[in-house]
Amino acid sequence: MAMTIHVDIVSAEGQLYSGQGEMVYAPAVMGEIGIAPRHAPLVTPLKPGEVRIDPGQGKPQEHFYVSGGLIEVQPFRVTVLADTGVRAADLDEAAALEAKRRAEDALATRASEMDLAKAQAELAEAVAQLRAIERLRKQKKT
Amino acid sequence: MAGAKEIRTKISSIKSTQKITSAMEMVAASKMRKAQDRMAASRPYAQKMRQVIGHVALANPEYKHPFMTPREVKRIGYIIVSSDRGLCGGLNTNLFRALVREIRKEREAGREISYCLVGNKALGFFRRVGGNVRAQVTHLGDAPELEALIGPVKVMLDAFVDGEIDEIRLAYNEFVNTMTQRPTIQTLVPLPPGEDAEELKHHWDYIYEPDAQQVLDSLLQRYIESIAYQAVVENGACEMAARMVAMKSATDNAGSLIDELQLVYNKARQAAITQEISEIVSGAAAVS
Repeated sequence: MAMTIHVDIVSAEGQLYSGQGEMVYAPAVMGEIGIAPRHAPLVTPLKPGEVRIDPGQGKPQEHFYVSGGLIEVQPFRVTVLADTGVRAADLDEAAALEAKRRAEDALATRASEMDLAKAQAELAEAVAQLRAIERLRKQKKT
Repeated sequence: MAGAKEIRTKISSIKSTQKITSAMEMVAASKMRKAQDRMAASRPYAQKMRQVIGHVALANPEYKHPFMTPREVKRIGYIIVSSDRGLCGGLNTNLFRALVREIRKEREAGREISYCLVGNKALGFFRRVGGNVRAQVTHLGDAPELEALIGPVKVMLDAFVDGEIDEIRLAYNEFVNTMTQRPTIQTLVPLPPGEDAEELKHHWDYIYEPDAQQVLDSLLQRYIESIAYQAVVENGACEMAARMVAMKSATDNAGSLIDELQLVYNKARQAAITQEISEIVSGAAAVS
């Protein structure tokens, strides 16, 4: 039986694949790499592209699209840490700006949801006060 | 027959409320199961990453990433994970109480505090408390996506790199079991040193492409995001569990309230009948 290598493809939102393969192809940033069993330990980022796994024994290849991530290779184990979406420095920057803007908006404008939350908090306080008063009254009666 | 009609209306209104709470309980139970699955699904990713980070950090002692070097803490940034919706018992309140206690202590020690808020409830609460909110994200839904967190987490990481904050802490509810959710505050950055240093003593190292520094940079960013994501998912499971328990007790309370009211109603009805009979009897006695 031919030598195989264990392949795991995981993303933050779950496991995508786990199994044996004779050969793994991955789109590394420096160019596509092919990994056979007993490959030297390697870590490298991935470009968006296709990870292919050759399961051997004449079975058809498995294809996975990854939108980037990292690959970790050890002699008998390959782990693909896949991103769940397309990542790029400027995209991340835009997301950060968006999050900041939302924070500023929420603080500047008295959004209705915020008022609702505030009202709820005040209501909870009032209920607690009422309960305390009731308890005091009962104590007085007895 | 004083009040009998009012009592009847009250009973039926409580019954319909009970129907709502018991439905919410069942919905929360099934959503909790899904959230727990998500929690389990995101674990291997973080685990793998921790392993690789441990290797890389040990293999390259000369390159110290800023996220791994502790410095004097003058300003703290909190990433606070809360739920979007209420009706989940004391889940958010407990977390906020623990946070307020800690923040007060840090303020007394002369440290500045800023926040990154996840979820509506944190937004409402910390607006009242006051303080510098750097970023916020709400409406993540039942199946949160990692992408939604990239922005807010990056704001905090950038602030850390620029020296605007010296430490990032993450506050969320830890899912112990269905009945117990524990408010947890942990330090996210700087990363605590790796624990599994022992097994890596033997000499081997990765090949890094293009170089160790870049690999470590992208690894660490993703690692921190994945921890934040895990916290959000875990908090989601907590929310559902807490809601389930809260709705169960609400349903039970409604049941006992109905029983009590039923008793009052029966007594009122009985009293009215007795009164009627005695009126008829005394009327008949007067005639004969």
